[in-house]
Amino acid sequence: MRYAETGYNLEIDLSRGSIERVETDPRLTELHLGGLGTSARILWDRVPPEVEPFSPDNLLIFSTGLLCGTPAPGANRTIVSSFSPQTLFMAYSMMGGFWAPELKQAGYDKVIIRGKSPRLVYLWINNDKVEIRDASHLKGKGAIETARLIREELKDPKIQVLAIGLAGENRVHFASIEHMRSSASRLGLGAIMGDKGVKAIAVRGTKDLNIARPAGFIELCNGILKYIEWRREHPIKGVPPILAYIGSPQEMAIHDEEWHTTGFSWGHARHRRKDFWTEEIAKRWKEIQDSAVERLISCYNCPMKCGGIIRHPELERYMMKCYSKLTYVMAAMADDLAFGFRIAGLAQEYGVDGFTTPQVMAFAIELYEAGILTDRDMPGFPSSNEERFFWLLDKIVRREGIGDILADGVYWAARKIGKGAEAFDHNTTRKHEQMVIKLGMLNPIYYLMYATGEKSNITQIEGQIPQAPLPKEVREEFVADWPHLPRWYEKEFKEFILKWEPRGEYALPFYPPPDLICKLVEWQETMHYIDDSTGICAGLSSFPIKPPYHINNLPQIISAAAGLDLDDAELWKIARRNRNMVRANNIIRGLRRKDERPPDDHWKKRFPDYESKLQDEYYQFRGWNKEGIPTKETLNELGLDFVGEEFERRGIL
Amino acid sequence: MNEGEFCKMKKKIKVIKIDAEKCNGCRACEVICSAFHAKPKYSSSNTARSRIRIHFDPLRNVYIPVFSSFYTPAECASRNKYIINGTEYDECVFCGASCPSRDLFKEPDSGLPLKCDSCEDDPPLEKPMCVQWCLADALTYEEREEEAEEEVKLDELETGLESLIDQFGWQKVIDTVARLTQKD
Ligand code: SF4
Ligand code: SF4
Repeated sequence: MRYAETGYNLEIDLSRGSIERVETDPRLTELHLGGLGTSARILWDRVPPEVEPFSPDNLLIFSTGLLCGTPAPGANRTIVSSFSPQTLFMAYSMMGGFWAPELKQAGYDKVIIRGKSPRLVYLWINNDKVEIRDASHLKGKGAIETARLIREELKDPKIQVLAIGLAGENRVHFASIEHMRSSASRLGLGAIMGDKGVKAIAVRGTKDLNIARPAGFIELCNGILKYIEWRREHPIKGVPPILAYIGSPQEMAIHDEEWHTTGFSWGHARHRRKDFWTEEIAKRWKEIQDSAVERLISCYNCPMKCGGIIRHPELERYMMKCYSKLTYVMAAMADDLAFGFRIAGLAQEYGVDGFTTPQVMAFAIELYEAGILTDRDMPGFPSSNEERFFWLLDKIVRREGIGDILADGVYWAARKIGKGAEAFDHNTTRKHEQMVIKLGMLNPIYYLMYATGEKSNITQIEGQIPQAPLPKEVREEFVADWPHLPRWYEKEFKEFILKWEPRGEYALPFYPPPDLICKLVEWQETMHYIDDSTGICAGLSSFPIKPPYHINNLPQIISAAAGLDLDDAELWKIARRNRNMVRANNIIRGLRRKDERPPDDHWKKRFPDYESKLQDEYYQFRGWNKEGIPTKETLNELGLDFVGEEFERRGIL
Repeated sequence: MNEGEFCKMKKKIKVIKIDAEKCNGCRACEVICSAFHAKPKYSSSNTARSRIRIHFDPLRNVYIPVFSSFYTPAECASRNKYIINGTEYDECVFCGASCPSRDLFKEPDSGLPLKCDSCEDDPPLEKPMCVQWCLADALTYEEREEEAEEEVKLDELETGLESLIDQFGWQKVIDTVARLTQKD
C-alpha cells in the first residue's frame, strides 16, 4: 500500500487524445518526496533542453505535494511546473486552495500534460473517469467565471477547478493559472496551459488517502494546531506587524500598510515614498478595506485566513490573495486603495500575475513619458494613470497593438521596442520581473538569494530570519525560544541574531562573515524546497519567522504520514537533491554565473569584488563550480550521477 | 414517587453551536471527521466520508457548515429554499439528511448513510473532533442536562441495514445475509 501519496499519475497526451493512469516508482518518493522534487525529475527525464516552451513536447505538470490531502494542516499546495516562455528556464509556481487535495482524493498525485489540443478543451477528472471535453463555449471567459460555469455544467458544487483566463489563452508570458483565491502566477505557466489548449482542469475525488502511522501522525498534527493558536497570541516582538504573525502576509486583515507603502518602490520600481503613510491615508484606506473585504477565508485544512472575499460595487464578488491589493496601486502611483481592489478583480479574471503585470504597465508608462512610445503606438492612451492601467491591461491580455509586445514582459518588450527602451529594463533578473524594492546598503544575504534563487522570485526563497536587526531588548528572548533551527547551525544563528546591529562592526554588508551568510541562505532556501515537495503552505512553514513547521518536526511528520524513516539530516539531503535537480534543468538550458545577478539598482551601495567573492563562496559551499554548475562529486553524492553524465556528454562539465 | 417520573432520565444534550459568520471555509472539520471515523482511527482521510460538510459558495459569500443528522428513504415532498438578508440559499442547504435526492452524507462506495455521532469514543472526547479542529470558532461545543424520556437509539448498523432494506427490499437483504453466513 502507498501512504500519503496515491502512487499514480495521470498522463494526458493532448495531441493523441490519450489518457493513462500510470503507477509511479516508490523509489522516487524516497529520493525526492513529491511535488516540485518529483516534477523536476520528470522534467529532466522527459524534456530535453532542445524543446521550446511552446513545443508540444514540453510537459506541463500539475502536482500535489506528498502531504496534500492528509490531515497535516495547510498541506494543500498545487505545484505547477514546466519551462517558462519568459525566462526559458524551468518554471514552477505554487498555489493554495483546494485543488491538490481533491486530486489526491480522485486517486492521483500528478496530472502530466503533453502535446497540444487542436481545439480548446477542459479536463474533467472524476475519480477513475477522466474526460477531455470541449471548451469552445468557455473561450474568452474569465478564469473564475470559467470555474463557476464548469461547476454548473457538471452539476456538482464540490468540483474543484483551476483555469486560465484570456491572458493564458493568448499566451501572455505572465499569464497565471487561477483557482479560487489562489493562483500559480509566476513565470508564465498560464501561457503554457493556453498553448496546450487547456482552458481548465476540473477535479472531483471521493477516495481515501492512507496514513502510515496514524496515531503518531495525528498527534503531530494536533501539535501544529496548538502552536498556531499559541502564535496568534504571541506575535514576534520588534518587527513590523506584517512580519509578526504566521500565515501568508495577512494583507486582508491588516490595515497598517506603512511597511509596504513606505519601504517598497512605487511606479516602475522607481520611487520611494517615505512620507506616504499619513494618518489621513491610514483612515481612508481602512474604510475602503473594511467595506471591500466581506469575509476572511482559508485554504484547505488551514486556519490562517490569508484570503478575503472582496465586494466592490462595480465587480462581481471575487477572492483576493495577499499582496495584490497593493501591487497595482503602487505601480500606478495611485493613492487610492479602491483602485487596487477594482483592477485586481479584473486582472484575476483575465488571469495575469499580480507582480509582473503592474510592472510591465508601469514600464509602458515610463516609455510613453520618455517619448519612446508615442500616441502612434498607443492610440487613445488615457491621461490618468489609473485609466492607463485599465487600457494597458486590456491591450496586453488581448495581445492587441502595443499589448502584443508588452505581453512578453519587460525584458523582451524592451528589446523589441528598442530606441533606448532597454535602459528601462532595470528590475529583471533572468528576464523575470523582481520585487519592487530598492534599498541603500547591500544586503549580502539577499544578494545571494536574488542572484542564485532558481525560481527568480525572492518571496519563494526568503523566510525565517528577521529582515533587519532586532531591537536590543528583545534579542535574548527571541533566541531563547527558537526551536526552528537546524541543530548544526543553531549556535551560529543565535549568535548572529544577538550580535547583528544596524550600524558599526556588526552591521551588513560585512557582517556576518561569508560562511555564515552561505548557511543562512541555505537554511532559508532549504525550507522552501521541503515545502515545495510536501505541499505545505510556506505561510505555515518556510516564510514567516518562527513557523509551526520546521526542520525539527517535519522529518517526523513526513515519516509518519508516508511511512518513511527520515531524520533531519536525511530530509536536508533530499531538499539539497531537489534543489540540484531544479538547477540541473536550468544549467542544461544554459544558466551560468552571468545570469545570476540581482537588478543593478536593487541597492545603491554595491561592492562588486565582495559580491563576486560571496558568489564564489556560495557556489563552493553548495558544491558547484565557478560557473555555478553542480560538480560531479556533488551530483554523485546526491545520487544524481545521471545528471553529471549528461553534463559531461554535452561538454558542460 | 409516581411511575411517570420513574421513566424520566437525565440526559446529556450535546450542542454544537455553529456560527456560520465565522466559518472561513477551511474544511478542517471535514478532514478530521473523516480521519477520526476511519478504521483504524486516523488511518485515512477522505472528506467525502465526513459527517460534517461545508456548503460554500464564495462568490455569493455563503459558508454553511451542516451536520449529517438522519437517514431517510424518501425525499421530502417539496424542496425548501431560504432567503436571508437578500442571499438566496440553495435548495435543502440547511438539511442534514442522508436522502435519496442527493449524494451528501453517504459513504462514497457503498452509498450507506453517514451520521454524526459526536465522535463517540472510549474514553469520551472532551469535545468532538470538528470542534477541536475549528480554530475559527465557527464550531463550539456545549453540554447541558435535560430531563427526557429514554428513546430507542438506532446504532450505525441498524441505520445502515435500514437503508439497504429500503434500497433492495427485505427479501434480498435476508437472502444475501444468509448466503454470506454460509460462506463463512
Ligand atoms: S473548521 Fe470551522 S471554519 Fe473551517 S470549514 Fe469547518 S466550520 Fe468552517
Ligand atoms: S462531531 Fe464528530 S462525527 Fe460529528 S462532524 Fe464532528 S467530527 Fe464528525
